[in-house]
Amino acid sequence: MSGYYRSDDLPRFPEMGTDRPELWEKFNHYYAAVFAEGALTEREKALMALAVSHAVQCPYCIDAYTQACLEKGSNLEQMTEAVHVATAIKGGAALVHGLQMRNAAEKLTM
Amino acid sequence: MVQSLQKRNHSLAFFDEQRRIIQSETTVKSFERPMNEVGLSPLFATGIQTFQINVGKMCNQVCKHCHVDAGPDRKEIMTKETMQHCLDALEKTDAPIVDLTGGAPEMNPDFCWLVDQIASLKRHLIVRSNLTILVTKGYENMPVFLTERKAEITASLPYYLDKQTDAQRGDHVFEKSIKALQRLNELGYGQPDTGLILNLVYNPVGAYLPPQQAAIESDYKKELGRRYGIVFNQLYTVTNMPISRFLDFLLESGNYDAYMRKLEGAFNPEAAKGVMCRTTLSIGWDGRLYDCDFNQMLGLPVNHNMPAHIRDFDPARLATREICIGNHCYGCTAGSGSSCTGTLAGPSELSHL
Repeated sequence: MSGYYRSDDLPRFPEMGTDRPELWEKFNHYYAAVFAEGALTEREKALMALAVSHAVQCPYCIDAYTQACLEKGSNLEQMTEAVHVATAIKGGAALVHGLQMRNAAEKLTM
Repeated sequence: MVQSLQKRNHSLAFFDEQRRIIQSETTVKSFERPMNEVGLSPLFATGIQTFQINVGKMCNQVCKHCHVDAGPDRKEIMTKETMQHCLDALEKTDAPIVDLTGGAPEMNPDFCWLVDQIASLKRHLIVRSNLTILVTKGYENMPVFLTERKAEITASLPYYLDKQTDAQRGDHVFEKSIKALQRLNELGYGQPDTGLILNLVYNPVGAYLPPQQAAIESDYKKELGRRYGIVFNQLYTVTNMPISRFLDFLLESGNYDAYMRKLEGAFNPEAAKGVMCRTTLSIGWDGRLYDCDFNQMLGLPVNHNMPAHIRDFDPARLATREICIGNHCYGCTAGSGSSCTGTLAGPSELSHL
């Protein structure tokens, strides 16, 4: 293998329906329902997906949802803010674990 | 200012080279195949509702996505004689709509004469304006002229922010466009109960499909209203066609294959049924006849033994003509579809992952 991530793998995603098509179908139906207009707009959901894509650091998702956000009418300012939301939560999640460190240190030290 | 492809002697200024790239089936399958699968091949016109007259390729802007390859260096302009042929043809039909496009149609020296003649024939007139020409020296009276003729204005504004608009259409275009829109609003355009219709056109500033029309219209109304006090009637979303300068962008940026596959994958049979060429006759600056403005820019005239020039206009035959299609037509059938008056069908399901 020349590398784990290849951009031309993204359009091959439906190949995951091979061998267990019923699971792929269920996933697809669920996925489509999640992203359909509801209490949140499709554009809001795409921005959330873009933020989560960065949090889970999935290059396929970042590629797909960058395009999705543009196709829902978002602009780079909005998309950049969404990435900062992911960054803040990721950073905050690391930082709040500092309390674990403080608790442990408190127990160990005089 | 950037020069047109033609002025640069670029290979994409030549019809044959554009068609060679677009028609290659190494990227997408022939457009005839999905059309055939949904029973739309061959595709026939269903009438002539709209005379779309391209009065010339001259423009004061050089937009990066322009399918006409228009610009200040283009000199192809419809003559008064050809305009008269258009008017003679129009009198032979009850086509209710005349749609004037370019380039910047206002730059044709006989534009005002043509508008007055069309008005006397009692047809609904649409003028496709790039907005900036309306605030350009020498054209300051144009907004009042159009107001007095109650011409519908369909104006390009690819986004409600300056960065995106200027990236596509040139430096300071957004600022001038806002001034033009404010002037049109002052004259009553876009205002309730004036009968002065002002529609805007969104098109993507890059290699992606447009948003749902209603959603982005709502954003435009909110943002243009809040920031600049601008009102307008409708927003039309238009897909960028993979021809001319947008084709150049796609090839240069390495987006061509992915974009074409995206258009192909988003083929929507409902949009295909309603494509605008079925009810439009497109007339070139030199009077030649085409199925649409895009075919015009690819040098694909009406075919199948139809009259080739407006002076030979034959309404009965042209109203049911077979339409020339090609792989660029995927642009009109993708997603919710695309036409000069926006989307053609309801939202289609597009999965991004």
